[in-house]
Amino acid sequence: MVGETLKFWLMIAWLLPLAGFAVEIFFGFYSKNPRGSKAAAWMAVACIGIGFLCSANALRIWGNANEWCVLESHDTHGEHAEGEDGHGEEAHEHKAADENSHDEHAVSATDHDAEKTGQTAYSGEIYRLATFGSLTIAMDYYIDSLTLVMFTMVTFIATCIHLFAIGYMSDELVDDYVDHFAHTADGKHVHRPGRFYRFFAFLSLFCFAMLGLVLAGNIFQVFIFWELVGICSFLLIGFYTERKSASNAANKAFIMNRIGDFGFLIGLMVLWTFFGTFRFGDTAQDNVVTEQGLFSMVHRDAESHDFMTDADGEVLITDPSGHVLKDEAGKARTIPYFLLVIAGLGVFAGCVGKSAQFPLQTWLPDAMEGPTPVSALVHSATMVAAGVYLAGRFFPMFAHEVLLTIAYTGCITLFIAATIAVVATDIKKVLAYSTISQLGYMMLGIGVFGWAAGLFHLITHAFFKSLMFLCSGSVIHGCHHEQEMPKMGGLLKKMPITALTMLIGVFAISGFPMLFGLHFSGFHSKDAIVASALAFVIANPIHYLLFVIPLLTAGITAFYMFRLWFFTFWGAPRDQHVHDHAHESPWIMAAPLVILAVPAWLCAYGGESGFLYGMLTGDEPAHLATGVTAAGKIVLPSHHEIHQVHGDAGVLALLAAFSGALIAYILYGTTLVNVEAMKKQMSIVHGFLTNKWHFDDLYDALFMRPAHKVAAFCAWIDKTIFDTILHGLAKAMIVIANWDRMFDEKFVDGFVNLVGDATQSVGSSLKVVQTGKLRQYVMFIVLGVVALFAVVFSTFPG
Amino acid sequence: MQPDLTSYLLVGAVLFVCGVVCMATKRNGIGVLMGVELVLNGANVNFVAFSKYTALGLDGQVFSLFVIVLAAAEAAVALAIALNFYNNHLTIDVDRANKLKG
Repeated sequence: MVGETLKFWLMIAWLLPLAGFAVEIFFGFYSKNPRGSKAAAWMAVACIGIGFLCSANALRIWGNANEWCVLESHDTHGEHAEGEDGHGEEAHEHKAADENSHDEHAVSATDHDAEKTGQTAYSGEIYRLATFGSLTIAMDYYIDSLTLVMFTMVTFIATCIHLFAIGYMSDELVDDYVDHFAHTADGKHVHRPGRFYRFFAFLSLFCFAMLGLVLAGNIFQVFIFWELVGICSFLLIGFYTERKSASNAANKAFIMNRIGDFGFLIGLMVLWTFFGTFRFGDTAQDNVVTEQGLFSMVHRDAESHDFMTDADGEVLITDPSGHVLKDEAGKARTIPYFLLVIAGLGVFAGCVGKSAQFPLQTWLPDAMEGPTPVSALVHSATMVAAGVYLAGRFFPMFAHEVLLTIAYTGCITLFIAATIAVVATDIKKVLAYSTISQLGYMMLGIGVFGWAAGLFHLITHAFFKSLMFLCSGSVIHGCHHEQEMPKMGGLLKKMPITALTMLIGVFAISGFPMLFGLHFSGFHSKDAIVASALAFVIANPIHYLLFVIPLLTAGITAFYMFRLWFFTFWGAPRDQHVHDHAHESPWIMAAPLVILAVPAWLCAYGGESGFLYGMLTGDEPAHLATGVTAAGKIVLPSHHEIHQVHGDAGVLALLAAFSGALIAYILYGTTLVNVEAMKKQMSIVHGFLTNKWHFDDLYDALFMRPAHKVAAFCAWIDKTIFDTILHGLAKAMIVIANWDRMFDEKFVDGFVNLVGDATQSVGSSLKVVQTGKLRQYVMFIVLGVVALFAVVFSTFPG
Repeated sequence: MQPDLTSYLLVGAVLFVCGVVCMATKRNGIGVLMGVELVLNGANVNFVAFSKYTALGLDGQVFSLFVIVLAAAEAAVALAIALNFYNNHLTIDVDRANKLKG
């Protein structure tokens, strides 16, 4: 049974980090030298590393089980591309340029589903937590190609980051750690015990949460792990909890996510009310569906591929074969269309919070307060990926309106974040904004019906963004915790490995084409998104911004990423002190960079006929291939339409990227233009951007200050009214208590004392009788006897 | 001629009163013990005398035997007390034994 085998391997990969967490967190209490030992770190690495092997193995089993049929439709040249995890046994020589294969591919894509032979998605129950009437809360699993790719990607990246963190966090291996960024009240640095083992425990828990989220087979389970991911990010962002900025950032990340989760909960309520289940897929036994999941409950019309509706426009709820389900009264079960939209929007609201989309994007840059390995993990493979992953996973339930919202949200986000990244000077902040921007691309891709493109970019972005974050970590480590780029410069000679691996990341994110005949991963994935957007805009010209802005932003992306690289590694050193002390990182930090650079460059090998894309699209929702053409609504393009415009979109995106990179080179790579003077000339724009479009100020004025006002008012009411009442009550109680005490002392105590005193006085008056004289006692006895006789005889004289 | 019950009771009463007077007047501990013996034997005489009127004619005599045995045991214990008292106070004057005075 393939499903059981897959479940077995993925559960090992999922639960090992949890076991690791338990051991690592208690290790600190039971070890002789918890602060100075690296055992916890190696434990964490072992757990996640084995998890990676299990995931890769599951991927192989899955592929063998269905004879890699998902690749065949793309595999027009009879070859398999290299796996994204680098274990490329089935990798062969790639011969043809991607563009040539597009037309052939487009034809085969339409009858893609008919070709598919083996079962590719498996779902079922792991453990039932509770049953409340018809509501079942369970740990389910839903394994398809997306799950497997995500598992392999997350575990691989996490392994690299764990290794890197061993080097990066090594200064925590002391009993007395001095935090130079945190001050006590008297202005001294904070001294605290090192927290090496705790850091790795949290990392392990984080991985567990993320893997659980990916494996989850129902939306409620997703929500559970969603929150778990949130709390882990809270713990890690606020890792330097003594720093005010860090604890604030942790709170901000957590609270911003709560806002999105509120929408998520509403979505869950709607779904459960109308569908009565949280499950994604059907649970089948011997090919008979025992429990139906959400995805098979909404059926798509054969012609328009939109949801099947009844005469009133309500969406019909069907069984897996498309027959409408009836309720007890014999009426067809339906869900009002607007509620389906609300459910979709609600779930997407959760994604907005988690993936830092507009308008909840402000938490992510602040999250840079965490240690750099955390930033790398949060911003590539785990936390923010969760939002995009869920948007992709839940795609079959999204209506037109939801998709359009997703597209516009992504579009706004990617533009805002990219513009802010242009002026940011903190190396990590630039990467943070670029993350937001790239997440916007993914959301846009999903929103414009480029489902596979969005998730494709999720995977490629995870690799090159984690690489770049680790590079920035290496730079920060090498420059002794200097994060400001204006103080760097000329580090290429000092840290060649970091600089070159970073350059690969920069090429990848900018969407540059080949180097040594091999295309960068970002080139493929970003092309795919831009092409989807172009096809969408051609079908719906009114939404032209959805193509123009991403295209423009592709240029901006290239600009700010090259700006970062030139700023940091190129030219003359700007701060001699920092430059003199800079050094290349030790091997434990450099090795993950080199390892990650390979998939960052090549994971998308073969583009849309390659392995990764084939894997991702293997289980894509069926209506994607055909597009949706419901009357009076937005037209969603089919695969064929997207592929027709792919070439044009690719050329445009490439032009944008090249021009962006060129401008960056002119401004920062050469001394032709005085950047400072330019900054002064455009000070209004510059100020606007450095203040992050005033979003923080806006939220401050909209929510924070009113909240403070309300809080102050409430405090006033509390202090003047409620406190007075309470104090009065307290005083009355004291008076009553005094009376009570008086009664007790005078009456109750008096009576008891009286009894005691009487007993004592009787006793002392009787004690004189006890003379101790034996002869006297005998006399008493005799007299007593005589008296007794006298009484007896006088009473009974007979 | 068989003496009647009254004379037995008279002897018992005389013995009893002698014993009580001895107990009440003697300061010597041994004297007091002797008084106790007299009292017990006065009682024994009465038991024996009354035993004639019981069904078997033996009950009172058996009782008096028990009393004699008990008296012996009592004498042994009392003499031991007297001896210890002498060891501690170098006297057996019962008036000196007033430690339990209230």
